[in-house]
Amino acid sequence: MSAVLKLLAGRLAISLLVLAGVSMLIFAIARVIPGDPARIALGPNATPEQVEKLRQELRLDQPIWLQYGHFLSDLSRGELGTSLYTNRPVTRDIAQFLPATLELILAAGILMICIGLPLGIVAAKNEGGFIDNLVRVVSLLGVSAPSFVWAVILMILFAFFLPLFPIAGRIGTQFDVPQITGFLFVDCLLTGKLDALADALWHVALPAFALALSGIGQAARLTRANMVETYRRPHIEMARSYGFPEWRIARKYAFRPSLIPSLTIIGLDFAAMLGNAFLVEAIFAWPGLSRYGVAVILRKDLNAIVGTVLIISAAFLVANLIVDLLIALINPRIRHGRDRS
Amino acid sequence: MNRAVQIILSRPLSIAGAVLIAVVVLSAAMADLLAPFPDHRGTVVDFSNFNQPPSRQNLMGTDLVGRDLFSRILYAYRLSLILGAVVLALAVPVGVTVGLVAGYFGGWVRFVLMRTTDVFLSIPPLVLAMSIMGVLEPTLTNGMIAVTVMWWPWYSRLVHNLTLAEREEGYVLAAEIIGASRFHVMFREILPNCVPAILTKMTLDLGFVILIASSLSFLGLGVQPPTPDLGSMVAEGAQYLPDSWWLTVFPGLAILVAVFGFNLLGDALREILGTEQ
Repeated sequence: MSAVLKLLAGRLAISLLVLAGVSMLIFAIARVIPGDPARIALGPNATPEQVEKLRQELRLDQPIWLQYGHFLSDLSRGELGTSLYTNRPVTRDIAQFLPATLELILAAGILMICIGLPLGIVAAKNEGGFIDNLVRVVSLLGVSAPSFVWAVILMILFAFFLPLFPIAGRIGTQFDVPQITGFLFVDCLLTGKLDALADALWHVALPAFALALSGIGQAARLTRANMVETYRRPHIEMARSYGFPEWRIARKYAFRPSLIPSLTIIGLDFAAMLGNAFLVEAIFAWPGLSRYGVAVILRKDLNAIVGTVLIISAAFLVANLIVDLLIALINPRIRHGRDRS
Repeated sequence: MNRAVQIILSRPLSIAGAVLIAVVVLSAAMADLLAPFPDHRGTVVDFSNFNQPPSRQNLMGTDLVGRDLFSRILYAYRLSLILGAVVLALAVPVGVTVGLVAGYFGGWVRFVLMRTTDVFLSIPPLVLAMSIMGVLEPTLTNGMIAVTVMWWPWYSRLVHNLTLAEREEGYVLAAEIIGASRFHVMFREILPNCVPAILTKMTLDLGFVILIASSLSFLGLGVQPPTPDLGSMVAEGAQYLPDSWWLTVFPGLAILVAVFGFNLLGDALREILGTEQ
């Protein structure tokens, strides 16, 4: 176990270094704005004195390294400044909108794993057959359209043409679930409202599938390629000659080693989903970060832009750390500390 | 070359890809000839004929101010392809150079360059492009800049990994022994061996650049009206679902067809050039 911990500590250190870099990068991007953010925030009717006052409040009159220093000291106290768009602390805005987005991404991630991996396994077992070719085409199609196009297509097919799923929103208006954690599924469970939970799951299905589609294809394709390769290895032949049942060979000797690259891809897809959630949320009127993010970008709301991007990048780094941990737990070479790669 | 022809012929999907791309590129190039209403790329308004479903006159229907959707999609293709080509023309040389230098020099040069690359790669691609777009004015040029800034790190990672492998090869050592300059070794010896992988990625990426650019304009952070753009067409039409389905379905399918074509082609290229990763 200590080998796993050591590996994780190393990865964590690198992640923190990268996150510091991200904060610098995004801070620099937010400061090259052409035009005056204070002037844009206050509108055309503001007096020069008002603009000057806001510039001082935003510390825009100071050199950029001082601004970054102030930003870091705020950050160490868990503050990201005030949003000019909502006039509230950025942390509060993000705390309000992020849970819905994370819930959507989590649902999509579960779909990706539960559909993508089995598809890949089935395709590998039927190498060159009909299902194999079907999976290939579907996976190529999945990555060939942005999520908002899939969202529109799924919505037309399964919400309008066949009214199986709701058109928009996170839960029906007849349900009143008190906000405890902000995560709707958790809140439903905590208050014991199972009918509300069912309704919430019914609402998330279509947007989550639209978001997961490109990932499902990629996960299936990669799992297939790895399974095919693993099946050609000598240890499979040995397991067969021992007379192990086929399902046991598939599960224990072929699937487990093949899972490692698939997990890496799932971690990367998480980044894509964090971005693509913006697109799917816009189509399905999902009350997540999307509308807020686009609004603050259009209004050049510096604090909110920096805060949102930083939180999203941190979420991505955390996801990758979890993937690293899972890989370390699956791979005996890392688990027992014999692998340095 | 024979093997290439064999692979292409044995895979009907790669032929389909080539055909799709040929159709997309030709229709973009000949938009002026093919479009039934070339002036509809601009601010034409025809309220007597607005929001009409597909008909013989307007193959894909008309939009909310009466412009022919088919004509607009043809011009949007032209814009997307130009954007994709420009972005790759800017991002690939930068990324390749960074990757080559990092991989060949090693040491602290590699540490600084690759950690910088990692920083760019740890912001979700679309989010990075969105925030760059946010601080700039939403125009076509700035859209290209935003996508370029998010795209080069992928090439620097790819070429860095390739260079690490190539550096150990005998031909590199041979060149170094006869006193070739570092510049010569990097760009004349190592780079040519990376070209197949770079070319494959570029083919795939042409599609993905179109995809990201359309996502940006879908969010209102890209090309602005009246310039025809596939992403903003979908965004505009999404409010009129399901009755005016043609407003979203045709531009959406147009993106799908183009990106799918580049994917099939890139897939075939990967097998022909043997750049399976």
